[in-house]
Amino acid sequence: MQKTQNIFVRRAIFAAAATFLGTVFALPLVWFVFAPFNARAELGLAIPSPFTLSNFATVFQNTFAMQALLNSLIQAAGGVVLVGGAATLAAYALSRSPIPGKGAVTYILLLFSSVVSGSAAMVPIFLIISAAGLIDTHLAVILVFAGGLLPTAMFILRDFIDAIPRSYEESAMVAGASPLQAFFDVALPVIRPGIVVVVVWAFVNIWGSFLIPFILLRSDKLMPASVAIYSFYSEAGTPIVTLLAAYSLIYSLPVIALYLFVNWKFGFRFFGGIKS
Amino acid sequence: MKKFSLLSTRAGALFLAPATALVGVFVIVPFFWVIFVSFTNRTLLGRTAVDPDFVGLQNYFALFNPATFFTRGQFGFSLILTIQFVLLSALIGQALLGLLLAWLSQTVTPTLKSFLQTAVIAAWILPEVVIGFAWFAFLDYDNGTLNMILRGLGLPPGDWLLQQPFWVIVFFNTWRGAAFSMMLFNSAFQSIPPSYFQAADVAGATSWQKLRDIALPLIRGHVVTDLILITMWTFNVFTPFLLTHGGPSYRTEILSIYTYRIAFKDFEFGKGAAVGVVIMLINLAFALVYLRLAHKKPVEAE
Repeated sequence: MQKTQNIFVRRAIFAAAATFLGTVFALPLVWFVFAPFNARAELGLAIPSPFTLSNFATVFQNTFAMQALLNSLIQAAGGVVLVGGAATLAAYALSRSPIPGKGAVTYILLLFSSVVSGSAAMVPIFLIISAAGLIDTHLAVILVFAGGLLPTAMFILRDFIDAIPRSYEESAMVAGASPLQAFFDVALPVIRPGIVVVVVWAFVNIWGSFLIPFILLRSDKLMPASVAIYSFYSEAGTPIVTLLAAYSLIYSLPVIALYLFVNWKFGFRFFGGIKS
Repeated sequence: MKKFSLLSTRAGALFLAPATALVGVFVIVPFFWVIFVSFTNRTLLGRTAVDPDFVGLQNYFALFNPATFFTRGQFGFSLILTIQFVLLSALIGQALLGLLLAWLSQTVTPTLKSFLQTAVIAAWILPEVVIGFAWFAFLDYDNGTLNMILRGLGLPPGDWLLQQPFWVIVFFNTWRGAAFSMMLFNSAFQSIPPSYFQAADVAGATSWQKLRDIALPLIRGHVVTDLILITMWTFNVFTPFLLTHGGPSYRTEILSIYTYRIAFKDFEFGKGAAVGVVIMLINLAFALVYLRLAHKKPVEAE
């Protein structure tokens, strides 16, 4: 009897701790649930009365803000296409072709990509982009992200491809398929879940990034939403809270949608272990 | 039996070409270029922008000049601040909190578990500028949610971004990144056979004993992985910039923000590159340890 009571008390303590921590984590974001729908929103927490979509209407009429979302989309989509395409090809070659030193290549790429981080590489990346005459272009942002994200993408995809039995493609080739056909018609459909994982991961990374476009872009018409959001400040430097809140919510939606999609489709395992 | 290859060496090289070119130009070339630039007095504007002089180790001497090393706004101050930031927010904050969150998730009801995980993961997946703004509102002196709660509890409110900027970015980074450790430990705990815990239950072990004596020894490899990865990420993180811009008066100027200021505010590319080289050397040490451990799979499976 004593023991069951103890277990009950312990369960209650655990539940209380979990509730407390969950609340602490949620607190800084609670404001975001209400402010976008409040026409008189300020930095304080307040339940809107009435709930309104007028902030969103104002944001939608702001052509600069809408252009920025489009720019984010262009940069993220461009980067994703490059990362997805180049990583799939490279990972397949690393897994299936007899190129000497494959292991070393993967190792060196991973090493470099973790050593050359955004903060360490700011200066040379800026210089390379300047030398190439690409400062203030979408292409600059796309290429820099593609290079930076590729090693990890290749690593994730190679694990996926290694897990597929070679006999799939071998039997296709015995039946007369060329290596290219074996790749496109047999291997590619099987690898697709892996490609989805990499594409979502790359998209979320580019969509949310601030530093790279911040240093590589200058003109307003190219700024992605992450940088353009700072235009919702008045001349005096105080934020226009209503618009910022509404815009932040719109800007966050693709990320939330992708998270829900991945969670539903893969149970979010892959984020847990880059290597496991 | 001769294993016939699915892709000839030549086709393989062709498949590798686009990725190699991109990584080569935007990762490997910058690595060597930043080393080269760090030995010059290159600036963003003016004569030395087009025709920089070779200055040898002068930039490094400037960074490690003992007279100014510990002065606020100088390299040494920033380096020490960054080490404190990593220790407190990654190793203590994220890793311990992540462990606690994962352990709690194993024991509470499914509804509570999904509430907890949603809150923690939301902090992690939302774009950094949105998070930065959310915290700006959260910490606002007059109306912010934090001070509202403090006043409600009868405690004195504070202008945290001005009074305790360093602790703000420590708590901010802990809050922002705990999700990764939590998820890593979640999957680590799930890899432990449930029968181990059931046996401990029968023997009347407490939750703390189960964590200490069963779970932790079994997930040692995951713990090491987690510590190295979050250390590297926290060491390089730029997000606190969105909250404090490194201020007030350099009190939150961690190395990434310091590099940005030297290179893009003061336009001293040579010196900024030298800081970049130091950061890369520290990254290299961590990455080598990590890759060494990651390659020794059997150790982890023991």
